Amino acid sequence: MDAHSTAHEHGHPTPGTYAKIGLFLFILTALEVGLYEGTYGDHAGALGASLQPFFVPLLLALSAVKFALVAMYYMHLKNDSKLFSGVFVFPIIIAAVIIVGLVILQAYHWAFSTGG
Amino acid sequence: MATTVLGEQQVHAAHGEKTGLWSWLTTVDHKRIGILYGATAFFFFLLGGLEALLIRIQLARPDNTFLDPDTYNQLFTMHGTSMIFLAIMPLSAMFFNYMIPLLIGARDVAFPRLNAFSYWVFLLGGLFLNVSFLFGAAPDQGWYGYANLTSRQYSPGPNVDFWNLGLQILGIASLAAGVNFFVTVINLRARGMTMMRMPMFVWMSFITQILILLAFPVITVALILLMFDRFFGTHFFIPAGGGDPLLWQHLFWIFGHPEVYILILPAFGIISEILPVFSRKPLFGYAAMVFSGAFIAFLGFGVWSHHMFTTGMGPIADTFFSLSTMLIAIPTGVKIFNWMGTMWGGSLQYKTPMYFAVAFIAMFIIGGLSGVMHASPTADLQQNDTYFIVAHFHYVLFGGSIFALTAGAYYWWPKMFGRMLDEGLGKVHFWLMFVGFNLTFFPMHIVGLNGMPRRTYTYPAELGLDLLNQIETVGAFILTAAFTVFLWNIFKTSRKPRNAPADPWNGATLEWAITSPPPEWNFSEEPVVHGRDPLWEAKRQRGGPLPEPSPGTGAGIHIPNPSYWPLVSAIGVTAIFVAIMLSPKLGAIPVVVAVALTFFGLYNWLFEKGYSEFSTPGGGGH
Amino acid sequence: MSDSAHTLATSTGLDSRKLAIWTFIGSECLFFASLISNYLVQKPRSLVGPFAHEAWTDPASGQVFEPIIEIPLVTVGTALLLFSSLFIVLALNGAQRGNRKQLLGWLGATLACGIFFVGMQVYEFNHFVHKGLTLQQNLFGASFYVLTGFHGTHVTIGVIWLLTMFVLALRRQLPPERAVNLEIAALYWHFVDVVWIIIFPVVYLIK
Repeated sequence: MDAHSTAHEHGHPTPGTYAKIGLFLFILTALEVGLYEGTYGDHAGALGASLQPFFVPLLLALSAVKFALVAMYYMHLKNDSKLFSGVFVFPIIIAAVIIVGLVILQAYHWAFSTGG
Repeated sequence: MATTVLGEQQVHAAHGEKTGLWSWLTTVDHKRIGILYGATAFFFFLLGGLEALLIRIQLARPDNTFLDPDTYNQLFTMHGTSMIFLAIMPLSAMFFNYMIPLLIGARDVAFPRLNAFSYWVFLLGGLFLNVSFLFGAAPDQGWYGYANLTSRQYSPGPNVDFWNLGLQILGIASLAAGVNFFVTVINLRARGMTMMRMPMFVWMSFITQILILLAFPVITVALILLMFDRFFGTHFFIPAGGGDPLLWQHLFWIFGHPEVYILILPAFGIISEILPVFSRKPLFGYAAMVFSGAFIAFLGFGVWSHHMFTTGMGPIADTFFSLSTMLIAIPTGVKIFNWMGTMWGGSLQYKTPMYFAVAFIAMFIIGGLSGVMHASPTADLQQNDTYFIVAHFHYVLFGGSIFALTAGAYYWWPKMFGRMLDEGLGKVHFWLMFVGFNLTFFPMHIVGLNGMPRRTYTYPAELGLDLLNQIETVGAFILTAAFTVFLWNIFKTSRKPRNAPADPWNGATLEWAITSPPPEWNFSEEPVVHGRDPLWEAKRQRGGPLPEPSPGTGAGIHIPNPSYWPLVSAIGVTAIFVAIMLSPKLGAIPVVVAVALTFFGLYNWLFEKGYSEFSTPGGGGH
Repeated sequence: MSDSAHTLATSTGLDSRKLAIWTFIGSECLFFASLISNYLVQKPRSLVGPFAHEAWTDPASGQVFEPIIEIPLVTVGTALLLFSSLFIVLALNGAQRGNRKQLLGWLGATLACGIFFVGMQVYEFNHFVHKGLTLQQNLFGASFYVLTGFHGTHVTIGVIWLLTMFVLALRRQLPPERAVNLEIAALYWHFVDVVWIIIFPVVYLIK
């Protein structure tokens, strides 16, 4: 009984695909750093100031794409049983709820206690 | 009775058992591990009960001097910590271990050695926590260790460290078991047993494991942050350094609320097993029971700050958590109605397990009602930190969990030990426990609303609460009598021959298809199920009771070898925390040595020669 | 490692050990979420500097402290960790196809990246301490070191795990039938990388 083969029934990325994803990840990281330098770096200037409100959402979006690429391709979730995806994604949802909840409660508590 | 002609020794051999201490130290058999959990947990339960009794003696009279305040603080802290982490959780674990593989038709859990590891870590963690008494430094900061009472400044002694490190050790045991049972339930079910055909105890336990896996890491982080504050000079919870003590409460209760569902869901599962059998009727609303359990678990992550209504979070936070808390009463109510629906129109069998199960429903309703009363922040402002809260959680944890676990003990005792517990003594036990419990805890609703505070070693006579406190203490002694009767029942029946039938209750589920107790390999042939309540189905098809099974020879069935590496690894893990505890005096070297010992244990475990896993009874691949 | 030639029949057809590592990873998400929450909540509460992205003058001594975060070094480490995920996937591919050279080569590369990353973190910690950021100095320091330190510990455990796999591969004990053991180690390694994908912007880039 080869439980191994069921996992790979649905098609399997090639080393070439993996390398391309790797390159993509590198580019995304460069974009993240570039975004940082462009917004807050020493030579940011006027463009940097206008980017500031978008900085955090853009950065988080870039990270989310990197996260998804590693999860779906390197961790093989795209071609594996959906059970593995569920076992990974459900805790991530709870984790996000906790992070967001605590940050909001903290901000609110801070505002509330300083008379906000 | 197939085994009456055989002597005890022959019965042992037929079941492939080994005897002796070494066989217990190296066992990887889920049934033995279950019994180890049960015996250890029951011991800690009695210890926790003794702590409670001492508290009740102190509180029997106002301005009493039986206990000094420091000792009192240690007793109520250890009572709470022990009952939650060393009694209820491992008593549930006894049933997870013994029953889940049987209920799903498997030969053992997915990772038998990891299972043993969990037990040994639990035992060592419980000992670590209690050894503090020998140093006169038992934890004394309350079972939830609020900051910044727990800082070095206000708790200079090792009490908090025993608690902090002890809980981290126990957390490792729970997480390992969580992974184990999660995988077991998903992957080791018998052929034909889809998720929606699993017994309800398996479902509730499964959901409990998910809660453990998600909640324990959060308290682990909280404990680590506290550890850094106390050992390495950080200021996470220390206001003078900018820290926020409230963050401790948030992190603790993000764990703590799911924890109470971890404590009650297995109990729900046990009741859902017992009521159908003793009503001779299938569980009412199976799907609703599954989904309400899942909903409770999920929602349980969204209610935590109802433990913090008195901390001044602000009206918006208060409202949000109040609403979510009230919402969670709904799926719980669904379960209550479904249990009643199960009994309705059934042929009720008034045996001891049924007594405890029915009482559970009533007691849990009372506990749930007071719980919903706390859900209103304005009402909670009066109730919080009073005995009204103490009444609530004892009704759900004792009237709920303990009653259900006791019901489970009577129900599954013949299967585990091959002997029936005495019915007469069982009923005496029940009435003593029922009367004692209500006498102890019902008046707490009243004294609480009349101003008696929690966690305070005495109270003034002017409160006028003397009589009720005395009644509560009398109740506590009646409870002591109840447990004495239980112990007597166990002892008295242990001397009888081990000849209980396979199916004494006319059960519906697979564990009753094999001998009492089962052979080491559980099922000689893989069970194949076609629906829920497979044994009732089988009896229906046969037109009558099934013949008494024989244990079989186990020929051709592969059983994993015993191993001592789980024990060695557990000792290593515990040693790490002991070394951390001693690090202010002895530095980092002992920690490094302990880590090396743990790796030594783990590597030998992983590369153990000649070890191979179970063959699950055929099939698979749905 | 148990012999997967005896891979057991399971209800889902999935390998129990692979399911177990995913379950563990799910649990670890909550561990790091709590640490990240702690960082986000505590860092702004620092009473004194030094700070992550701004300079700070100590009012008591008048000493000026430069911003702690330095982008170049950590970017190199981040890139290496990302590439190590690629390398281990290629190593796994080699293991699955029975190509021992491919397996050893890429697994070695993965290890090199992992070891360098840990080395970078150790250097960075030392450097930051020299710049005035200690565990006790302020909440930024405490939260930073605890969060990145525990991540680094996870990487170190991963390095030890992969080193073990490397030795197994050297001894020809990682044939295709046992490749799932490397797959499980790789999943842990990817997870550690994915956590860093979150930590890098949150700690180093966001102010």
